[in-house]
Amino acid sequence: MSAQAFDVVTLTGPASQVVHPIWVRVTHWINALAMIFMIGSGWTIYNASPLFPFVFPVGIGNWLAGALLVHFAAMWVLAVNGLVYLTLGIATGRFRRKLFPIRPSDVARDLVAALSGQLSHEDLSVYNAVQRLLYLGVILAGIVAVLSGLSIWKPVQVQELTALFGGYDAARYVHFFAMTAIVGFLVIHILLALIVPKSLRAMVIGR
Amino acid sequence: MRVRKQPPGVDPKHLIKDAAKLLPQSSRRRFLRGATSVGALTFLTGCDILDSPSAEHALRVVSKFNDWVQAQMFQPHKLAPTYPESAVTKPFPFNAYYSEDEAPEVDGETYKLEIAGLVGNKQSWTLDQLYQLPQEKQITRHICVEGWSAIGSWTGARLSDFLTRIGADLTAKYVYFICAEGYSNTIDMPTALHPQTQMTFRFADEILPRKYGYPMKIRIPTKLGFKNPKHVVAMVVTNEDRGGYWEDQGYNWFSGS
Repeated sequence: MSAQAFDVVTLTGPASQVVHPIWVRVTHWINALAMIFMIGSGWTIYNASPLFPFVFPVGIGNWLAGALLVHFAAMWVLAVNGLVYLTLGIATGRFRRKLFPIRPSDVARDLVAALSGQLSHEDLSVYNAVQRLLYLGVILAGIVAVLSGLSIWKPVQVQELTALFGGYDAARYVHFFAMTAIVGFLVIHILLALIVPKSLRAMVIGR
Repeated sequence: MRVRKQPPGVDPKHLIKDAAKLLPQSSRRRFLRGATSVGALTFLTGCDILDSPSAEHALRVVSKFNDWVQAQMFQPHKLAPTYPESAVTKPFPFNAYYSEDEAPEVDGETYKLEIAGLVGNKQSWTLDQLYQLPQEKQITRHICVEGWSAIGSWTGARLSDFLTRIGADLTAKYVYFICAEGYSNTIDMPTALHPQTQMTFRFADEILPRKYGYPMKIRIPTKLGFKNPKHVVAMVVTNEDRGGYWEDQGYNWFSGS
């Protein structure tokens, strides 16, 4: 009896709603794993011919051939999983509902609130304007990373795409900056997940 | 292992056997050893799960799959972009698994290009004979597996014309190249027949210098640099994939651009 009442209460409370449907959670964690392998092996590949006067102190694959094998294997996981995510995100209307609209005034307001520690995370199912901007931004960075990566991999077969990025050499820089944007996002993303642990719980069990 | 001078009249069969000896089957099969080992995942978990034989096997299978994907993506008549003379990278970088002063020295007087495998006319070719072939110039981008690129000017004969001339079986799967110092590559026949795949005798209008592969390199702008063999002394048309120097160590076999 009391257990039943408890259930009713929790089921109607905000925490009982499914924040992230199963397809979001599955694609999120597959993407997380694929990203770690892509970024880690990408750093080793970068080190073989650095674009800037520094090399990465860590990476996946302890020499170029190994890193390339990992990179060109993980790319399939990243691309296929990313396509599933984008397709479902668009088809279910989730992107439209969750990520839009993004108004600059809201972003400014929420950014000030976030930095002064006054942003509410009561309802995880509604993204604030800063979240919307960052999530949309990282999706775009992911798309740019994949397309610039494709144009570096196949600069003859998809030369029209490579030209769109300004040619082979420029596409390498685009690819690097897309990675930088994703890593920058990850730093904030992981930090905030640790500050608001229930958001991590929601991405695991859905609520 | 480094051959300073190409002995005249080498039997291609022996050359191939020698090359095969340099790359024993067992070592080919272990090409990934160390590729992803210690340190590979240290920033993740501190363990090296990628070092396990099953992970090696999985990566090898995916690399084979990627060979197939690239063969499907390859468009036989799609040309690599070409550039004006002014775009040529100067100085054009030297890159090899040996230092510049260790580059093979091939004697052009005694040089012979040996022909073997599925061809009608296996007669070998002297440099003078090769220079008689109709030649054309290409200014294309050389892309290294390391990531850097450079634009070069290469002049030589179309490999497809040459293969036709010697009566090669153009339905064979591969063309295998052996280099003076033991380097080797196997390439797919569609790439061998690509109009820009060239038997190169000149760089920047000068006789191909030693550092760029004298007397002949195979220029393939649709493949990464390491699939462009230098100092080529033998060519074999075959249905058997004979691998190659870097391919056997874990670099992707097709490595197309």
